[in-house]
Amino acid sequence: MSKQITIPFGPQHPVLPEPLHLDLVLEDEKVVDVIPTIGYVHRGLEKLVEKREYTEYVFIAERICGICSFIHSQTYVQGIEQIMGLEIPERAQYLRTIWSEYSRLHSHLLWLGCFADSMGFESVFMNAWRLREHILDDLEATTGGRVIQGVCKVGGVRRDIAPEKLDEMVKGLKGIEHELQDLTNVFLHDSSIQHRLKGIGVLSNDDAYYLGAVGPTARGSGVAIDIRETGYAAFGKINFKPVVEYDGDCYARCAVRAKEMFTSIDIIEQCAKKIPDGPVDMKVTGAPDGEYLSRAEQPRGEVIHYIKGNGKKNLVRHRVRTPTFTNIPPLVTLLKGCELADVPVIVLTIDPCIGCAER
Amino acid sequence: MMEPQQITPISVGDIVTKAEQAKKDGNRLVQIGCTKIGDDFEILYVYDKDYKLTNYRVTVKQEDEIPSISGVYFGAFVYENEIHDLYGIHVKGINIDFKGTFYKTAIKHPFSVTIVKEDDACQNK
Repeated sequence: MSKQITIPFGPQHPVLPEPLHLDLVLEDEKVVDVIPTIGYVHRGLEKLVEKREYTEYVFIAERICGICSFIHSQTYVQGIEQIMGLEIPERAQYLRTIWSEYSRLHSHLLWLGCFADSMGFESVFMNAWRLREHILDDLEATTGGRVIQGVCKVGGVRRDIAPEKLDEMVKGLKGIEHELQDLTNVFLHDSSIQHRLKGIGVLSNDDAYYLGAVGPTARGSGVAIDIRETGYAAFGKINFKPVVEYDGDCYARCAVRAKEMFTSIDIIEQCAKKIPDGPVDMKVTGAPDGEYLSRAEQPRGEVIHYIKGNGKKNLVRHRVRTPTFTNIPPLVTLLKGCELADVPVIVLTIDPCIGCAER
Repeated sequence: MMEPQQITPISVGDIVTKAEQAKKDGNRLVQIGCTKIGDDFEILYVYDKDYKLTNYRVTVKQEDEIPSISGVYFGAFVYENEIHDLYGIHVKGINIDFKGTFYKTAIKHPFSVTIVKEDDACQNK
């Protein structure tokens, strides 16, 4: 047996925009064990429910992450509405669905750019981020915010989208769809990308399921978990199928994300056709008394907001289980047995969001 | 409206057997979370199969020790270390035990203290 050495990976590393530390135990160039460490930037945001009223806390829930911010606020208010027995207007449900799919597009394009950049594929990076600007422009035009939208509230949403604007958004998305197709074709069919990703970092179907993998990390291994299928917001009225790949390797996880962008465009188009007229919010009185585990599908997978109230303005508990947090154990398994040079690529294929994990 | 949810209270002695049964039934571990209620701590174990949640709740005191389910679900170590570091509840037999260093917090077990709104100087300015 070769002598074992331990190499620290992160918290500062060129491929890591946020601090994650891995102690990689190596035998020659092979990783034989991994000890992950987070906690460098833990903010304790959950604790703030004790100081902020449940209606104000939406703004804090949204700031858990700077990428899937909208879906955090959506999941939080859904939980509150469920406890309080509120049936919010249908138009608000559709608007939430549209904005959450815009968030997914913006997140996946951000990831595609960062991932391509980490491999030295600069043209894909530039084009992915150029297309992402279009998504952010639409988010800004309809909500007032590019990153933090502040549009979700208990009882509905704060803004409506005019029918003409919705048509314009769908036309805009159709306009970038073929560019996106070209971009993902280049990325997924490039021989050097395939050589770098295929057969690397394989997560079996059983491991993905029982280790708690969610989102593209699970679906890349054939585990068809997509919380949108539970029908929250307007997803129950939309036809879509989760994108699933079966090889379980780095390429499969990338392919899931690339294909999901087209599903998101299709969902937005369906929403624009089906959205009913009507109010976008309702009056809310009282305070939540009860508990609920509210779930939604973020770009990185299932997010859970556990909410517990006792009928007072301040909640007793708000606990967030983010997708990256539950994707850490699968990451440990993915890395065992890989080559040291493959570690950055494998880490990036789970699209870690430490900001979320360190809520 | 979303689906209604049930939470079943169990004892500390049932934690591992319920986890084993959940795995045998084909559930995945969704999360383990802790909530401080007065002097007690409620620990919520959540499993899922086909989008149906099965929830178990254990109520303990801070000095109590709970068994780890990381032998059943490997991924439980992240939740169990979190509960230990934020609430100070000792979890016995975690497969990857960070011994209090999973989170680097300025004060020990920060979530084991309840902040009363009136006590917060910033809030009362």
